[in-house]
Amino acid sequence: MTDHLGTTDATTESPPAPAPAAAAAVGVELRGVRRVFEDGGVVAVESIDLSIAPGAFAAILGPSGSGKSTLLRMIAGLDRPTSGTVAVSETARVAYVFQDAHLLPWRNVLRNVALPLELSGEAKSERRDRAMSAIEQVGLTDAITRYPAQLSGGMRMRVSLARALVTEPELLLLDEPFAALDEITRQHLDDQLRALWTQRRMTVLFVTHSIIEAAFLADRAIVLTRRPARVVIDHKLDLPAERTPALRTDAHFAREMRVLFDALQRGEQSP
Amino acid sequence: MTRGRAWLTKVLPPIVPLVAAVVIVELLVPREGYSIVPRPSAVARAFAAEDLWPAAWQTALASVVGFALSAAVGILIAVALSSSRWVQRMFYPYAVLFQTVPIIAIAPMLVIWVGFGLPTVITSAFIVSVFPVIANAVSGLLSTDPALLDLFRLYGAGSVTSLLKLRLPFALPSILTGLRIAAGLSVIGAIVGEFITGGGLGSIIDAARTQQRVDKAFAALLLGSALGIALFGVVNLVSHLTLKHWHASEKAE
Repeated sequence: MTDHLGTTDATTESPPAPAPAAAAAVGVELRGVRRVFEDGGVVAVESIDLSIAPGAFAAILGPSGSGKSTLLRMIAGLDRPTSGTVAVSETARVAYVFQDAHLLPWRNVLRNVALPLELSGEAKSERRDRAMSAIEQVGLTDAITRYPAQLSGGMRMRVSLARALVTEPELLLLDEPFAALDEITRQHLDDQLRALWTQRRMTVLFVTHSIIEAAFLADRAIVLTRRPARVVIDHKLDLPAERTPALRTDAHFAREMRVLFDALQRGEQSP
Repeated sequence: MTRGRAWLTKVLPPIVPLVAAVVIVELLVPREGYSIVPRPSAVARAFAAEDLWPAAWQTALASVVGFALSAAVGILIAVALSSSRWVQRMFYPYAVLFQTVPIIAIAPMLVIWVGFGLPTVITSAFIVSVFPVIANAVSGLLSTDPALLDLFRLYGAGSVTSLLKLRLPFALPSILTGLRIAAGLSVIGAIVGEFITGGGLGSIIDAARTQQRVDKAFAALLLGSALGIALFGVVNLVSHLTLKHWHASEKAE
């Protein structure tokens, strides 16, 4: 019963602001999703129901080793649930950002970013223009001829982000993308991601184990238990649409973090 | 200045014992009569033998062709072996077995199967050098970053595209390691083939042995290793040119 159906959900929360120059966004519907791995019979994900509205920015928060990545891979169509359904519009442009940059070391920045367009058969001139604009969005225009080995960890991650943005995805999936970076770089990239979303309004699913990152970035946080993953809470974050760095020290922000922290702790203790 | 220093710290040290050994052997070996160890000066003179250089050329040709075959066939076999787990389970043990067959033992058989002359020498060079290419290429092709395989799938790349744009380039460092080993082995294989079927440096060494011309045998031997080193150097050059962007260390900004 695993299909990428043409279902889109427009019933729940609509995007908070009109979207200038926005790409189309798609929703995600999960019904009773369960994933058991054949070898060892490990249950990674246990009966998850989720409905993500088009244009939402949702964080999926859970302890390390919970089934967060498995869930994300199923949404991307890279893995199939053992039972239940994952529905994303069949024609949706989906992009995926991994925990590490995973660039091709033999390609320079420009050609790494253009890779998705190349694989989906875009014309060469088109590829270059679109790759340049994606690179500009992450602020790496000066580095287009450099190779991954010549870049810092933060720059590599930005290339990875540009590679995901180049197809103008309607659904952007990020799997703990900035977890390996230092705090300053990470906050900087968080700011940049939030700004990109404000501009483009694609649907974003952001997997993280950092409470502060989830609260700062998302409009909605879904907290999962440890393996097998179930939903502890599905919380709409009551924070202003504009997320400034000052927000991180705001009392209101601290309260929201507390909610997520408590949920995460309950998830840790769940059997 | 750094170049001068590199010369002083890297090139000079191994030359010192070499020169010392040459001088000592030269002084110890008697000028007159037969000796089992040739005087270095006699070896140097033996390089003037007129049949030596054409023979070296012949061996070089057989080694290069054998090496090229190993590279091409080895990589193709590795691609086939890495394409499916079942193909690998069925055939990889034979590839390993193939490696353990002693070339000295099958070289006479090659004469029966392939005939006398160059084809046998090339086949011998190929057989000896193909396995390291297969083994290293297989391990390289199977170690492709799974995240990148996912990425290629996500953007709808087919298996041929994934092979050409991802798996083969990703395996390149391993493949080059295999080719480095194969470079030296192909020369050894060629000379072994020549022992049996005649021609090239193998014949020169064999004839020098029967004539007790140890100096000439040594000259042929040195040419043989020079050939191996030259092939190795070519692979290293290719490796440097293709992988220069992979590691920050290869680049001085």
